[in-house]
Amino acid sequence: MQALVRLWTGAIVALMMGFSVAAHAQVVTEIIDPPLEDPVLEARAQAVHKLIRCLVCQNQSIHDSNAGLARDLRIIVRDRIAAGDTNDQAIQYLVDRYGDWVLLKPPLKASTIVLWLGPFLILLLAGWFAWAYFRAAPSQVAKAVPLTEEEQRRLAELLDPEA
Amino acid sequence: MIAELGHFALILALVVAVVQGTVPLIGAQTRSAAWIAVARPAANAQFAFVAIAFAALTYSFVVSDFSVLAVAKNSHTLKPLMYKITGVWGNHEGSLLLWILILTLFGAAVAWFGTNLPPGLRARVLAVQSLIGVGFLSFILWTSNPFERVLEVPFEGNGLNPLLQDPGLAFHPPFLYLGYVGFSMAFSFAVAALIEGRVDPAWARWVRPWTLAAWTFLTIGIVLGSWWAYYELGWGGFWFWDPVENASFMPWLAGTALLHSAVVVERRDTLKSWTILLAILTFSLSLLGTFIVRSGILTSVHAFATDPERGYFILGFLVLVIGGSLILYAVRAPLLKSGGLFAPVSREGALVLNNLLLATATATVLLGTLYPLMLDLFTGKKVSVGGPFFEATFFPIMAPLLAAAVFGPMLPWKRGDLMGAFQRLRVAFFVSAGIALAVWAFVSGSSWLSTLGIALGAWLVAGSFASLAERIKLLRAPLTDSLSRAINMPRAAWGMTLAHTGLGIFLLGGTIMLTWQTESIQVMRPGETVTVAGYELTFQGVGNIPGPNYMAERALFSVSRNGEPFTNLLPEKRAYVSSSMATTEAGIKATWAGDLYAVIGDADGKGGWATRFFFKPFVHWMWIGASVMVLGGVVSLTDRRHRVGAPAQRRKTAIGPGQAPAPQMAGE
Amino acid sequence: MRPMAYMPPVMFAIVAVALALGLLIVKPKEIPSALIGQPVPEFDLPSVVGTPHGFSNADLIGNVSIVNVFASWCLPCRAEHPLWVEVGEGGLVPVYGLNYKDSQENASKWLADFGDPYTSIGADLNGRVGVDFGVYGVPETFVIDGQGFIQLKFIGPIDRFALENEILPMVQELQALMVAEGAE
Repeated sequence: MQALVRLWTGAIVALMMGFSVAAHAQVVTEIIDPPLEDPVLEARAQAVHKLIRCLVCQNQSIHDSNAGLARDLRIIVRDRIAAGDTNDQAIQYLVDRYGDWVLLKPPLKASTIVLWLGPFLILLLAGWFAWAYFRAAPSQVAKAVPLTEEEQRRLAELLDPEA
Repeated sequence: MIAELGHFALILALVVAVVQGTVPLIGAQTRSAAWIAVARPAANAQFAFVAIAFAALTYSFVVSDFSVLAVAKNSHTLKPLMYKITGVWGNHEGSLLLWILILTLFGAAVAWFGTNLPPGLRARVLAVQSLIGVGFLSFILWTSNPFERVLEVPFEGNGLNPLLQDPGLAFHPPFLYLGYVGFSMAFSFAVAALIEGRVDPAWARWVRPWTLAAWTFLTIGIVLGSWWAYYELGWGGFWFWDPVENASFMPWLAGTALLHSAVVVERRDTLKSWTILLAILTFSLSLLGTFIVRSGILTSVHAFATDPERGYFILGFLVLVIGGSLILYAVRAPLLKSGGLFAPVSREGALVLNNLLLATATATVLLGTLYPLMLDLFTGKKVSVGGPFFEATFFPIMAPLLAAAVFGPMLPWKRGDLMGAFQRLRVAFFVSAGIALAVWAFVSGSSWLSTLGIALGAWLVAGSFASLAERIKLLRAPLTDSLSRAINMPRAAWGMTLAHTGLGIFLLGGTIMLTWQTESIQVMRPGETVTVAGYELTFQGVGNIPGPNYMAERALFSVSRNGEPFTNLLPEKRAYVSSSMATTEAGIKATWAGDLYAVIGDADGKGGWATRFFFKPFVHWMWIGASVMVLGGVVSLTDRRHRVGAPAQRRKTAIGPGQAPAPQMAGE
Repeated sequence: MRPMAYMPPVMFAIVAVALALGLLIVKPKEIPSALIGQPVPEFDLPSVVGTPHGFSNADLIGNVSIVNVFASWCLPCRAEHPLWVEVGEGGLVPVYGLNYKDSQENASKWLADFGDPYTSIGADLNGRVGVDFGVYGVPETFVIDGQGFIQLKFIGPIDRFALENEILPMVQELQALMVAEGAE
C-alpha cells in the first residue's frame, strides 16, 4: 500500500515537474547568458560585446544592456568565438545581418572618411586661421624702438619741468 | 480658472516682449532716453507674467488638475509632492515654459543688476533678449500650450516616466536650462555690441559675469545628469555621447572657450571679432540642442514626444536667430578694430591655443552628432556614431589643451618665455611625472592611456598649485607676506586655480575608475557568496517592498571584508503603478577607496537571480573634481571687479604740480 | 567687407538645409535591412502547435511570398493582424509566419482567437532565425521574390496605406517579373 502511495506521489511530482520543465522549455531564453568556459575566449567575447550596439536601446552596447535582443546577440557572439571565429569575423557575422549600424564605432570606409578625417581637418583649418591671424599682425611686437634725440629732450622736459 | 490665468499671462508676456524687443532698440538708435527707459520695466513685467504662468502650471500639477492636458498626460495623484512639482518640467510644454522663465529671469536680472551698464547698451541687450523671447513665447502659444484643457477629464493621470522620479534627475533640467539659456545673455550682449558697432574692454568685463554664471550652472546641470546616470542606470556608466548629451556638452565647450577669450578682450583689447562670433555660436549651439531634443530628428533616450510641426517651427526660429545674427556679424565685424598685438608665446597665445583646441573639440562633437543624419540624407546609408568615435577623436584633441592649461597662467601678457615658464613649473612636472610613472610601474593593469590620464590630471593639480605659489611668492618671501598676497589676490585668480584644479581631480578620478574597475556577472541563489575587490557579498534573498507608487523587489546582500561584517546592499527592481517601465535601483556603498555597486536582475525561475557587482575605485574624485570646478566658477563670480563696471565720472580738474590725479577705478 | 566673415552664415545655411531635409525625410528609428537583394537565410523550423507543418527556406523558392514576423506577446502585431487575415483570404500572395520567441501554447491560442492567415508557420523559439533575417523587433515583414531573395523589409506594424502603396505593389512587380522570366 505504502509503495503504491509513494509511486503515485512520485508520478504526480514527476508529471508536475515535467509540465513545469516543459513549460519553461518552450521559451528558451536564459536570463543571464552564461560565460564561456575558457576565460581567454570569454574575455574576447566581452571585448566584442562592448563594440556592438544594442539595437533596441539608446547608445548602449550589448555588454551593458539588459534587453532580450542584447542577450541573444551576446550568446551569438560567444557561439561564433567558441566556434573558432576571430573577433573581426564574429563582428562581421552581425554586420552581415544588421548592417554597419550595429557597430558603435563607425567603420572606416568611403562613406565615413569625412567623419574620421574631419576632426583632423578641422584642427588643421583652425590652426591655419590662427597662423594667418598672427601673420597679419606685424611682427614687430613690442620691439623697443629707441627714442630720437628730440624725443629724449621732450621727455626730459615733461618729467622735470623745473630743470 | 488658474490655467486660464496662466494662459492669459503668457499672452501678456508676448505682448510685452514685442514691445521690449522693438522700442528700446529704436530708442538706442535715435538716442531717445524715454524709449530707452522702456527696457527695464518691460523686462521686469515680462518676467513677472511668465512667472505667473509658471506658478499657474505648477499649481495645476500640485493639485492634480487633470482637466489640464499636460497634467493629465504627465502626472498622477500617487506621485509624491516633490515629483509633482518637478513633473512640471518633465514634459515638452512645461519644459518650454521653464526655458522662457529662465530667459526672462536673466533679462530681469540685467535690468536689476546691470546698473553699471551704459543705458544704450543695456537697452539693446534687453531688446535682443526679448526678441528671443518673442520667438519662444510664440512657439509655446501656437504649438505647445501647456494650459490646453481636456474636454473629458480623466480620473487619473497617465503618470510620469518612473526614471524621472528621482532627485538627481528631477533637478537636472533647471540647472541645464539656467546654463544654456543663460548663454543667451552673452548672445544678446554680442548682438547689441554688433548693432552698436563697438566692442571695448568694458564690454568684455560686463559680459563676463553673465557668461560665468551660465557656465557654472551648465556644469552643475551636466554633472547632475552624469551622476544620476551613474547610480540609476545599473552599470555605473556616466556618459554615453548620446546626441542630447552632446547637445548640452557643445555649449559647455564653447562657453568655456568664450570665458577664456573674453579675458583677452578685457585685458588686451584684442580677439574681439572672434569673441563676438563665439558668443553667438555658444547660444546657437544651445538653440540647436533644443531643436535636436524636440524635433525627432535624432533618436535619443532624452527626446520628448515629437511632432514635425514643432520641428519646423523651431527650425524656422533657429534660421532667424542664428542666421540673422551671423549675417549681422559678417556685415559688422570689420568695424571691430583690433587693439594690442602679442607674440605667439604669451598668455594671449596660450588663450588662443585654448580657443583653437576647444573650438576643434566642439566641432568634432558636432560632426559626430550630425553625421548619421547627413550621411542618411546624402547617400541613404545608415551609420551609427557611438562612444568609440568620440573617444578616439575628442581625447587626443583635449590632451594637449590640458597640458597647455598649466602654462597659460605662467606666461606674461604680450610676450613670454616658454623655458622660463617651464622652469617655474619644474617641481609640478616632476611630481606629476613621478606619480604617473610610479602608478605605471607598481599598479598592474596600467596602460599608456591610463598613465597619460594620471599624468595630465596630476599635472593640472600640481601646476595650478605651482601657479598659485608663484603668484603669492610662496617660499620666496616671508610667510605672512605670502598670506597677505593670497588674501588680496583677485577672486578671479582663485576661481581659475580652483577650476583648473577641479578639472585635474576629475580627470584623475575618471582615469582611475575606468581603468581599474572590476565587474562580476553571475546567477546567484540565496546563500551563495561572490567575492569582488576583496569584499565578500552573500545573497540573502529577495523581498517585495511597496513604495508610494511602485512595487519593488528588493534584494539583500550582506557584505563582509576579510570575514568581518561590513555593510548591507539593497538593490531594487521597481515596477511603477502607472507605467509599464521598470527601473533598477543599484545598491551602492561608498567607501574612501571607491564605490561597491550591486544590481539585482531577473529571476531565472529556478530559484536563482541574475546579479551584477562592480567595484569602482576613486569614482568620488570625479564628483569632487566637478564640484571644485563649480566652486571655482562661483568664487570667480564674487570678484569685486565684476560689480565694478563703467568708470565713475571723474572730476575734471587740471592736474597742477604736486596734485595727485583723482583716483582711478580699481582694476588691474 | 571681409569674405572670411561670411563663412559662418554660409556654413550655418548648409546645416539648416540639412536639418530641414532631415525633418522631412529621415526616420531615425528605422534601420534599413542589410539583406536586401540577398538570399533568405537557411532555416528549418518546427510548426506551432495546432498548425499542420513547419516552415523552412525551401518553402520560399518558386513563388513570391511574404514573411511576417509576429508574436502573441506583441501588441502592435495584434493591431496589424486583421490586415494579414485579409491578405491571406485574398489569395494574391502566400503569407508565412515566423513566430518569434513565443511560447507554442500562447501562439496557437492567439491564432485561434484572431485568425490564422499563414500558409505555414515556423516557431523560432530562441530567435536565432530572426537574427539571421536581421530582425530587431516585432512585427517586421519581408517580401521574398520567386528565387528566394529578400526584396523588401517593412519595419513595424503595417497599415492599409503601407500595404497598398509599398508591400502589395512590390509583390505584384515581383510576380510580373516572374511571369516575364518564365515566358522566356
